[in-house]
Amino acid sequence: MIRSLPSSKKYAFSYGFFVCCYFVFLFAPLFVTCVLAFNNSDFPSLPWYGFSLDWFVASGPERVGIFNDSQNLRAIATSFQTAFWVALFSTIVGTCAAFLFEQENFPFKNLLYFLMLAPLVIPGVILGISLLLAANTAGTFIENSFGIDVPLFRPSFWLVVTGQFSFIATFVALVVSARLRKFDPTLEEAAMNLGATRLGVIWHITLKYLRPAIFGAGAVAFLMSFENFNTTLFLVGSQPTLPINLYLQVRDGSTPVINAISLLLIVGTFALAMVNLYFSKEKD
Amino acid sequence: MAVPRSSKAVFWIFLAPVLCWLLLLIVLPHLDLLRMSFAGENELGDMTWTLQNYRNFFTEPIYWNTFLRTAVFSIITTFITFLLAMPVAFYIVKVVRPRLQGAMMLMLLLPFWVSELVRIYGWMILLRESGVINHFLVKFGLIDRPIEMLYNDATMIMGLVYTSMLFMVVPLISVMESLDDSLIEAAYDLGSSKSVIWFKIILPHCKPGITSGSIVVFMLVLGNYLTPNLMGGKNSLWFTEQIYNQFIASFNWNQGAAFGFLLLLLSSLIIWIGLKLSRQKLGEVAS
Repeated sequence: MIRSLPSSKKYAFSYGFFVCCYFVFLFAPLFVTCVLAFNNSDFPSLPWYGFSLDWFVASGPERVGIFNDSQNLRAIATSFQTAFWVALFSTIVGTCAAFLFEQENFPFKNLLYFLMLAPLVIPGVILGISLLLAANTAGTFIENSFGIDVPLFRPSFWLVVTGQFSFIATFVALVVSARLRKFDPTLEEAAMNLGATRLGVIWHITLKYLRPAIFGAGAVAFLMSFENFNTTLFLVGSQPTLPINLYLQVRDGSTPVINAISLLLIVGTFALAMVNLYFSKEKD
Repeated sequence: MAVPRSSKAVFWIFLAPVLCWLLLLIVLPHLDLLRMSFAGENELGDMTWTLQNYRNFFTEPIYWNTFLRTAVFSIITTFITFLLAMPVAFYIVKVVRPRLQGAMMLMLLLPFWVSELVRIYGWMILLRESGVINHFLVKFGLIDRPIEMLYNDATMIMGLVYTSMLFMVVPLISVMESLDDSLIEAAYDLGSSKSVIWFKIILPHCKPGITSGSIVVFMLVLGNYLTPNLMGGKNSLWFTEQIYNQFIASFNWNQGAAFGFLLLLLSSLIIWIGLKLSRQKLGEVAS
């Protein structure tokens, strides 16, 4: 049953086989996607017509590889920008929230903490439509009372950033809080006894200690933002992010250029995952 | 605690951004959602308060059928995910050689870092009529002509299980790591069967992990749009698609807001029941 107990050969073998099947199940779609990116065919399917890099580098007119596909390249750039701003804002606000809930006491703390956890249990689609409605209401209100048209309140780049930030900040706050809970408060007290200000202590001591957790959370926030679909779907304006753009292409029939993009995404995320893992190993 | 740790200025530096975030981006939008769901046009075309949006939901069978279907399928998916995740988590924590443990954990996590869209796209390439699996089945003479394996309920559920698997496996692994091996050894030495060990020792110990995993998986499945839409096709009848249609296709935001609020109510209700049944608090589950 467990390592220290004897088990029959047949049982051990079939259990191992089951777990192998599970891993095949996990990796099969990714593997097939990557392999078919190199098929010399106009459709992402078998049979295999030979190895080709067309779907990466071809420049048309029949085949347009990803490196010459301006629409998809623009979507990738939009996603990078969105993810950058979301990671930045949610790291700052999430860290503030971690300090607030771990180190301060104030009335209605529990209520506020509950509100902070709420994005974990609100489906992303609901978050998207709520923000769309609220932004529209606010935009209409401002236009009617002041006669100013604020583009921020219409589906746009910054509305997407706002929407993604609203739930990703919660994840950052939870990760940083977990790290802050392990912090030894006597270090802060010692510094304050020696005359440091509270802000000085936070800047020179606590934040230094939290740095790996903050960078790790920032990387996760970047990735979550880059891949978000549900919330973005309702807030996106004329600049689609990569997942939205890919979705539209997959829905309306696909070419192997999607496989090529997927391959790049898989390689990119694996690399980022490794970097993040390296950082989280270091902090333990 | 000789030195007072808090100072007013620092407290406000922390509080202000958090308060802005929670009030402006969480509380107000959801109040607006509630308000919009009770608004509608009367015969003259003016906006007024009305229950019509909710009445439509209960009088149109397609709406509440889709709602119920989504709820039931989400529960089934959560349960299947649990059944599949349990042995995998147990294998990694208790059975496999410790040397392989780290590598297996990594292998388990990696696919879930990849965008959901890419993973679903991979399944579409595998399963569709011109897909890879059909190609091999025909080649080896197991079937005469390709079968369409996409666009049915079983495939859709498999896709949902696949996309949310990780959120069940990880909490189960972390809770199993605290299970003392000697408990299982003692039960074994005293002659209990495997099923007794599972039901009397392992499952009760894993309850917190099961709760938090189930809540997250359920919420993700219920609110999923991509997987039902791409793998279930036109027959998927998922409630989020109704919301999308009201917002984007029909441009009836009031109706969409009512649907959204009903979905929010359903997910909160089921999560609340889950927490009550397992006697846990949301804060414990989150951490």
